[in-house]
Amino acid sequence: MADFLTIQNGRPFKRIQVPYLHFSEFRANLLKLAFKGADVVQFFAYQEDPSIKEVLMLGFNAPSRDFFSYEEEGTVQLMAVLRKDHQLFAVQTTAPETFDALSRQDMRFQLFEREIAEQFGLVPKDHPWLKPVRYHANCRGVKDVFGNDYTQDIPGNYPYFQVEGEEIHEVGVGPVHAGIIEPGHFRFQCIGERVLHLEIQLGYQHRGVEPLLTSVPFKRLPILIEGIAGDTAVGNALCFSQAMEALLNLTPDDGAKTLRTVALELERIANHVGDLGALSGDVAFNSSAAYFGRIRGEFLNLLLVMAGNRFGKNLVRPGGVTMGLIEDSRNLILSKIKELRPEIKEVGDLLFSAHTVQARFDGCGVVSREIPLVGVAGRASGIDYDVRQAFPTERYSEIPACPHTRTHGGVFSRAMVRFEEILHSLDIIERLLQRPVTTQPVVWTGEVSLASSSCVTTLNEAWRGELSHCVLTDSRGGILRYKIKDPSFHNWTGLAMALRNEEISDFPLNNKSFNLSYCGFDL
Amino acid sequence: MLKILKTRIHQGYRTSQYPSKPLTLHRHFKGLPQVNTACRDEMAQRCAEMCPQEAIDAKKRLIDLGKCVFCGLCERISNGEFVHFTNEFAMAATRREDLLTSGAMPDLTVHRRKDVQGLFGRSVQLRQVSAGGCNACEADTNVLNTPFFDLSRFGIGFAASPRHADGIHVTGPVTRNMREALLRTYDAVPEPKIVIAAGCCAISGGPFRGSPEIIPLETLVPVDLYIPGCPPHPMTNLDAFLRFFK
Repeated sequence: MADFLTIQNGRPFKRIQVPYLHFSEFRANLLKLAFKGADVVQFFAYQEDPSIKEVLMLGFNAPSRDFFSYEEEGTVQLMAVLRKDHQLFAVQTTAPETFDALSRQDMRFQLFEREIAEQFGLVPKDHPWLKPVRYHANCRGVKDVFGNDYTQDIPGNYPYFQVEGEEIHEVGVGPVHAGIIEPGHFRFQCIGERVLHLEIQLGYQHRGVEPLLTSVPFKRLPILIEGIAGDTAVGNALCFSQAMEALLNLTPDDGAKTLRTVALELERIANHVGDLGALSGDVAFNSSAAYFGRIRGEFLNLLLVMAGNRFGKNLVRPGGVTMGLIEDSRNLILSKIKELRPEIKEVGDLLFSAHTVQARFDGCGVVSREIPLVGVAGRASGIDYDVRQAFPTERYSEIPACPHTRTHGGVFSRAMVRFEEILHSLDIIERLLQRPVTTQPVVWTGEVSLASSSCVTTLNEAWRGELSHCVLTDSRGGILRYKIKDPSFHNWTGLAMALRNEEISDFPLNNKSFNLSYCGFDL
Repeated sequence: MLKILKTRIHQGYRTSQYPSKPLTLHRHFKGLPQVNTACRDEMAQRCAEMCPQEAIDAKKRLIDLGKCVFCGLCERISNGEFVHFTNEFAMAATRREDLLTSGAMPDLTVHRRKDVQGLFGRSVQLRQVSAGGCNACEADTNVLNTPFFDLSRFGIGFAASPRHADGIHVTGPVTRNMREALLRTYDAVPEPKIVIAAGCCAISGGPFRGSPEIIPLETLVPVDLYIPGCPPHPMTNLDAFLRFFK
């Protein structure tokens, strides 16, 4: 693996340590590793710090290896982080303006390459399906890869994929949906009730988070990070804080680690419970919809007790947590868990044993394990990957894995995996809060300078799955590039595949069984 | 069937008695801030400088609830000297300038949209438009339909179609990519109609202010009711609806 730098989750390294390959070599090595079963954690473009180039040109402090020997080929760098067998591998290159798409050989790169094309205006040649990801102009002001004029409304110059034939009809849904949910557009090609193809167009929630993160003062960072996806506020704040800790050489105390783990698990429970309620609602099983809906609120209220906010915002900050856990609160959490566990078991039994529910859940929306999904959806398809086990942070190295009984890849499995994880997370919290927790609260005012010319990648198992942030710093300790990857980035494709040959009336059920993030994807 | 009945009995009656009985949120909840006007100048200045949302006017000793995300940093760094966040959830206002406060909010039942109180007092349907929100505002609005809050007992509901709605409830900083959808939804609601800006993002752009990808809501449609929070607590939403419409 000399062609890659083996990196650790949440450990910083100098960017110059990462092998800097010629693009053709970079491409070949990535494909070789992917062929051996590696998955993509991060694959993104960035523009090099002009001052580093200046320093190099002046001949001072030049790196010992020819860091920019391929510079003449382009001005945009690519960085990739792959994972295989609980190890992370990093590599970088300078990208030509037009390059042979990796997606031609391996579909795991397809969305990453579309994102690179959209954000930086590079052309992945012969990409099997080069369409916009979030619908915005590229950051370099170069010619748009998709031929779009962004004064026109989304989706711009894009003809949706169409199936033709006498019996074929098309159904368009969104961006504004019937319920209180985020915007997205779904285009179905159907024959009768049967869905032949579903195309998902996102981007409606695009707020320009990544460029903001490199341009606003540091004091604004945590608030922005927690606004990426409110239902994953703890997960994102954790990825961010671990990255800052790496670049500032900070170590949170044990109490903070415990509270962060507890908060992440509470976030998981609240969302999973809510999803089981929503799944009940989608098959018109109203009793468990109402009960789970109410029980979800109990867990949000526990996050409020810990953080002062029902979504756990403002709790996790670089260096630790902003609030300790007083004994009253610890006892309240433990007694609530004791009270709610039997309720969750009873309502879960009601849901999973109802024949009407089984008839709708069973065998619906099956996704093959060959689709590289992460998190709940991945484990429901038998993909045994959980960041809490593979790359443990905080207190996770002490915690046993959650075993799963149903891994057939359909709605039933995705619901059951959630149910099992809820009970597992309740055990984790009880175990971690056995004894009083003490920690020194921290504040983040952003009056810091990060380790220069460095990089860190953080991964955490947020409730939807693998969440990853990657931060690159410039020569002055500022943020050169902040890359965020929500688990939904991998899993939206899974939803589109799950719908093939299903009835269109099963779409809400399938959608809810994945419950992916629009804003986490759109950034 | 027996299982359904058994669970039903175990679950019991869970709906809150609010508003006939007052409801107090946990003391850790960060609600309406009380600014200490006697605070030292340098402390107020320090809080204003550190505020990630630039929501503090140190001279006038005011906090802009339209920008504030209730992170509590100013309370922490001043150790309560500059401000204390109370657990009061009622914070909505009908005029943007009323959100600049040192702790007192004007009476929400008196406002310029008197027409809607007679018309929608007994029944009001809203169309929710998520325009770039992080899903926290949306999720805590959805919660109003759970048995504890049971929004429909007040004659308030969220409609699936804008044609069936009396107003729109907007969350998020309004992304460029949602502009058209938001305007079309607004246009589809019959007159007279109400626009509610819920959450810090809809009111001021929130954490995303300054991004070229967002368009301030107020430049697109007239706003009648502002509900602060990041996200607004379900009780903040509920209180705002009840006092504004009833």
